[in-house]
This record gives sequence, C-alpha cells and structure tokens, in this order.
Amino acid sequence: MRTGVKNLLLIFIVLVLAVFPLVMNKNAEFGGADDQAEKIIGELQPDYQPWFKSVWEPPSGEIESLLFALQAALGAGFIGYFIGFYRGWRGNHVKRKQPGELLEERDTGA
Amino acid sequence: MHSRILVLLLLFTCFMIFPQQNAWAMHIMEGFLPLKWCLFWYALTLPFLVAGILSIQKTVKVDPGVKMLLGLAGAFAFVLSALKLPSVTGSCSHPTGVGLGAILFGPWAMSVLGCIVLLFQAVLLAHGGLTTLGANTFSMAVVGPLAAYVIYRLGERLALPRWLSVFLAAFLGDLLTYVTTSIQLALAFPASHGGVVAAMIKFMGIFAVTQVPLAISEGILTIIVFNFLVAHNRHELEQLRVLSREV
Repeated sequence: MRTGVKNLLLIFIVLVLAVFPLVMNKNAEFGGADDQAEKIIGELQPDYQPWFKSVWEPPSGEIESLLFALQAALGAGFIGYFIGFYRGWRGNHVKRKQPGELLEERDTGA
Repeated sequence: MHSRILVLLLLFTCFMIFPQQNAWAMHIMEGFLPLKWCLFWYALTLPFLVAGILSIQKTVKVDPGVKMLLGLAGAFAFVLSALKLPSVTGSCSHPTGVGLGAILFGPWAMSVLGCIVLLFQAVLLAHGGLTTLGANTFSMAVVGPLAAYVIYRLGERLALPRWLSVFLAAFLGDLLTYVTTSIQLALAFPASHGGVVAAMIKFMGIFAVTQVPLAISEGILTIIVFNFLVAHNRHELEQLRVLSREV
C-alpha cells in the first residue's frame, strides 16, 4: 500500500475512535474525567478541602478554548514546518546529506 | 527587586479576584493532593528532571541537527495534550504525546519537555496545578516515557514489526500515565473499607478506562509521525540509535 493511502487509513481510524463515543453515548455529558475523580475523593474523604487554588484561571470557557486552540496551533504549526522542511529538502536534493550543502550545490550547478 | 515584589503582588491579586471553580483537567487538580504527597512527588521527580536536562545537553552536543527532532517531540506532546477527546465512558480526556519523544531520545529527555507542557497548562489553563506539578510530571513525563522506551526496545529485541513496537510503546506509555495518576490519588485518599487498593480500582475505573481509546489514537498518530521520520530523517534516527536493525 502506498504511504499516503496508509496514512489516510490510519487517520480515518483515529477519527472513528473520536466520533464513535459521541454516537454511542448520545446522552453522556462528556465532562472531564477529573470531575468524576473529584466526586470519588468526596466519597472517600468527605472532609477533604483543596488547600490551594489555581493561581490564574481562564475567566470563561471561551478564553479557555482560545488558549487550548493556541496550544494546539503552536504544536501543529511546528510539526507542519518540520514535515515541509524535510520533505522539500529530500524532494529536491536526494543526494545531499546536510541542508547546508544544498545552497552551494545549487549555485555552482547553475 | 521591586519588579519581583510587583510580580508577587500581581499574582496575589489574580489569586483573589478570579472566581475559583474547579477546572476540568485530566491531571491531578490544583490543591487536590495533601501537602506531604505534593512534596513526595516533587522529590521523586527532581532527579529525573536533572537526568533529562543532562540527556538533552548530551544529545544536542553529539549532533545539532537533532535539535529539530527535539522540537518535533515537544510539539507533538504540545498538540496531543491540548486535544481533549471524547471516550466511550462518556467523559473526556486527552492523550499525552510523550511516547514519540521517549522512542527517539530515550526515557529521560521527555521528563523536561513534559514538565514544560504541564507547567504551561497549570499556569495558563488551570489544568493540573502547581502544587500537583511534581505528581503530574511523575506520571506523564517520567512513568509514561520510561514505559514507552522500555516497550519500544523490547519490541526491537523481539524483532516485532516496527510499527507494532511504536504503537505498543505509545499506547502503553499513555495508559500507564493514567494508571499512575490513579495510584497517586489512591495513595493520598485510601478508602475506609479496602484501603488503597479499593480506592485505586475506583480511580482507575475513571482515568484508565476512559483513556483506552485515546491511547489507541495516540499509538496510531505516533506511527504516522514515526513513518515520516523513517522515510525522511533516517540519518538522525541512526545517530540516535533508534533504528538498530534494518526493516
């Protein structure tokens, strides 16, 4: 199988894994797993009080998703740069071993 | 000196002003571990962070070209831990993304990168926490990568197909992170009947079970990136001794 096809298939499986719970558990809340952990702590030790609060919390759900999106975008941006960089380098200059060599070769070759 | 006081004052004001509800996080929440356990996990994590810094320094010195790969490992963990995915249990959690870095750089380097990700989330997202940073770093950035590294090497030794070694490493590294979280919570909050073990089963029912499908996703995404590296960065992988045999 070609790599592209294989990757698409793999990505498809990931998507199915993410969508399947939504379809199967239509009435679930899909809250954080930690929320339930808090409940259990409440059952195990009803008198426990958190002794430290977050230094700063996103003022709203919107701001929180903004920051999460920013986090994902930064990471994905770098991954995209990395993939483009190496694919471009290999595509144009199969024989070169270091990216630095590529410029000189091009200059003298022309 | 003045600026330091100003920063402290600013932090204190934020502390007072913002309404404090409990944020939704998959790591142990701020303030939800008793002080002695916070200190215990900080102490246990510290040597791994030192080993991580030394390991990164050494790796980068051997080949500066490896820096790009290190950036990739960090970026991968950054993206994956921002993706809160739904799971079959009807709640959400997120993958960790540390398995890839552990396969590439060995078990120690990811302790530093994972800690940075957790710090970002604790400070800006109220996700996890500063008091629980030690415990969360231990589960996500020490146990997870260590497991992933050992499993990948074992897979290589047993001559498993490489995609399978990569998958199992990322999958089990992710899963064991949340098993560790469950153990950490159980140690701090043993049940009155059945003690630590009973509490552990309860916490695992939440964290570990929710995590299974997400860990599968993480395994698959790690395979995709790893395949790209084998095709385009063979030179670096050989230098890092990730590829010990021909496929």
